[in-house]
Parts: sequence; structure tokens; C-alpha cells
Amino acid sequence: MIRVNRETCDLCGVCVSVCPEDCLELTETYLKTDNKICIGCGFCVKVCPTAALSEVNEKEESDERPL
Amino acid sequence: MKDRYDVLVIGGGPAGTTAARFAALNGVSVALIERDREIGVPVRCAEGVSDTGLKKIIDINPNWIAATVRKFRFYSPTKQQVELHSKETGYVLHRRVFDHALAVEAVKSGAEIFTKATAYGLTRTENSFSNVLVRYENRERTVQAKIVIAADGVESRIARMAGIRTNLPLKDIESCAQVLAGNVDIDPERIDFYLSQKWSPGGYVWVFPKGDRMANIGLGVNGSMTNGRSAAAHLNEFLDENFPNASRLTTIYGGVPVATNLAELVADGLMVVGDAAHQVNPLTGGGISSAMASGKMAGTVAADAIRCGDTSKKKLRAYESEWNRTIGKDYRRFYRLKEWIRNMTDAEFEEIAAAFQGMAPTDVKMSGIFRMAVKNKPSLIVDAIKAFAGF
Repeated sequence: MIRVNRETCDLCGVCVSVCPEDCLELTETYLKTDNKICIGCGFCVKVCPTAALSEVNEKEESDERPL
Repeated sequence: MKDRYDVLVIGGGPAGTTAARFAALNGVSVALIERDREIGVPVRCAEGVSDTGLKKIIDINPNWIAATVRKFRFYSPTKQQVELHSKETGYVLHRRVFDHALAVEAVKSGAEIFTKATAYGLTRTENSFSNVLVRYENRERTVQAKIVIAADGVESRIARMAGIRTNLPLKDIESCAQVLAGNVDIDPERIDFYLSQKWSPGGYVWVFPKGDRMANIGLGVNGSMTNGRSAAAHLNEFLDENFPNASRLTTIYGGVPVATNLAELVADGLMVVGDAAHQVNPLTGGGISSAMASGKMAGTVAADAIRCGDTSKKKLRAYESEWNRTIGKDYRRFYRLKEWIRNMTDAEFEEIAAAFQGMAPTDVKMSGIFRMAVKNKPSLIVDAIKAFAGF
């Protein structure tokens, strides 16, 4: 699953464009993640211009609010 | 905001506002919704556009122009320079001012615009309407439209909701970072490109002048070649080495699609335009004029479809075929070149630069540079010549 560093995310949407499962959605002020459908491909981590995304083990605590 | 429009445009960039303008000019009711609080903000763009591309769609207003350029300089990894003076005029825009002006044109033509309005769902009804779920003024509502135009950018989800897969493979996205740099020693009439796999793997560094000692300095790293280093990290390294005294008046990040044409640009009652449709020159990453051109095509076709009472995919294909026949045709060519250049080594960049040393800038042609770049790949030489025939 994906963790977003809210301090460094610039809300640019590059991650959304490459997510093959549509589990990311950008609003004006928030990047939403749906970790229930994330397949852990890591594409979003690779393209994030600010290194704000990281893959975390499912057992680790997520910082996400529920959608 | 009303409950029903002929055309609902989602996204207020140049593609969306131009689509709204041309649909409204052709006499149908149009609303445009923009997710963010202000049209034109935040800017996620290097702001370069050609005179030819711009004036096809709109009368140019000098207030939008930060710099006018006719000189281009390429730097190899060891900073061999190749300079050329083009017949083509380029501009570096103030995108914030420009996008605002395009929105004003759309409104003057009769379109309604709403900011801080987000589309989050799309369904097609049995009687050929689209129901768009919109969050606006802290309330969720359904807006009905005969045609939805998805102009919601590289992060588009609307087209996907209509069954058009816009998800990009890693090799077809550039991850970008840019600063508006102050106090930099640049030529205010020249655009500089730095080509090297060190600074910007699978992309390039650009320096676009924005007036006296000011420039947009940024770079793109190909999504398949990031190797654990972000675009921001690449840009910091470039600036530290090349512009150590630069102030950073703006810092932005974003993604540029460098893909070939989408297989489908339309569905029943839906059209995709601009970055959402990957309508960006895959070689240069420039997308302003193609976004506006596609917006004009889509807006015009949408109005015609509504007048004819037929908003089917088949009818809307008029837009898709116009795109594929014109700019789309060129972009297929540019995509082949981009794929070739993406994989070039620093040694190859040096070799190309070396071949042009001692030549006068007026004798160097863009087509010649690209011909040299693809000299080991004869099947691409015609593409290279045609891609830059005008330069």
C-alpha cells in the first residue's frame, strides 16, 4: 500500500496519471488513496517529483483517513 | 449552477476554456467547472508556445507575453554548445494571465464558469444524457449534460469513468520540477536546453527566459528512468552546479504526458481533450497550442452534434478523426523520435554537438540536428526532417 508524505506532496497529480488501478484521486487540497485496490506496483512512487510517496508493508500503520 | 446543460466541460485549462468558448459560440448552452479556486492557478507549465500555434486559435495580447524568443541553444553533457536562430517566433507566457484571458473569452461567448466545483462521478442515462456528480459549494449535486468534455488534465479520471483508459505507462510520462529563477545570467531572447542522462534521464533541462535575469528553469525525468531519484533532486543538483546564485520565486512540480495518441478520444456523449487526452508534443512536451486546437475542434463538433440531436460516439468521432488527421498525425511521428532520443547516451549527445561546432547559428537547422541524432536509424530520418520542416 501507498503512504503519502503530506508535508512534501505538491498535489501535482503525476501519480494519478500512471496508476493502473485508479486508486489515486486528486482534489484541490488532498491526494486520496484507496489502498484496498492498490496492487503495490510502485509506479506512483517512481514518478513522484518530490519523493512524497512510499510503499509500505500492509501491516504498518497507514496515515490515511478513510475515503 | 443549473441542473442541465447541453455541454459540461470539466477542467479550466486552455483545452477546457477553448472547448467551452467554441461550443458556446456555436449556440449551445455550456458550463465549465474547475476544481481549483482560481482559473490559471496553480501554474504547472514551462509556459513556452510558438507564435504559429497560438495565433491559429486566438488574437495574441502582449500582456500575456513574458518573453519573445527566436534563438535556441543546446548544451551537451560537457557543455558543447549548438545554437540556432529560428524563423519561428516563440513566446514564454504568463500562464496565469493567459489562462484567465481564455476563460474571459469563454464567458464572453456565453459559457458559464464555476470554480471550486469538482466532478467525481459520471453515469450515462438511458435517454442519452450524462449525469455528472458535482461537489460545489459544499453540496453534492447531479448536473445533466448531453455531452461531457473531459479537460481534467494529466490526472484525468473522467475519461476513465467513461471507459477510455488514459492510464500512462512509465515510459510515456515525464516527471517534472521547475523553479522561476531570479538573478540568473541568461539571454532574455534565447531558450536553452541541456541534454544529458546525468541531469535529466530520458528528458531534458529547459531554461525559458521570463524577462530580465529571470527564467523558468526546470527538467523532466522519464518515468521509466527515475532510478530512485526524484525530479526535485535532479533539479537541485542542476541548479547547484549551474545556477548557484538563483533565487527561487516559484517552485512547481508536475507531469507531462509524452505518449502517442489515445486509441479513442470519444465515447457516447463524451470527448477527451488536452493533457487528459495526452495531446502533448511527445518530443518537446509542449501542449498549450495542441490543447487549444483540440478544444476548438471538440467544442465545435459538440455544438454540431447537439444541433443534430445525435451525441453518439459515432457522431463525435468527427473530432477524433480531425485530430488524428492533423496534429495527431504529426505527434505519431514525434513519438517515434522521442522513443529513440529517450534512449540516447551522453556519448551520443556529445557526438551530435561535435558535428555542429564552428557552424553559424543562422546555418543550423532544427531538422539538421535531429537528422544527426537519428543518423544510425535511417527509418527515422524522414520523421526528423518532417518534424522540424519549419525551423
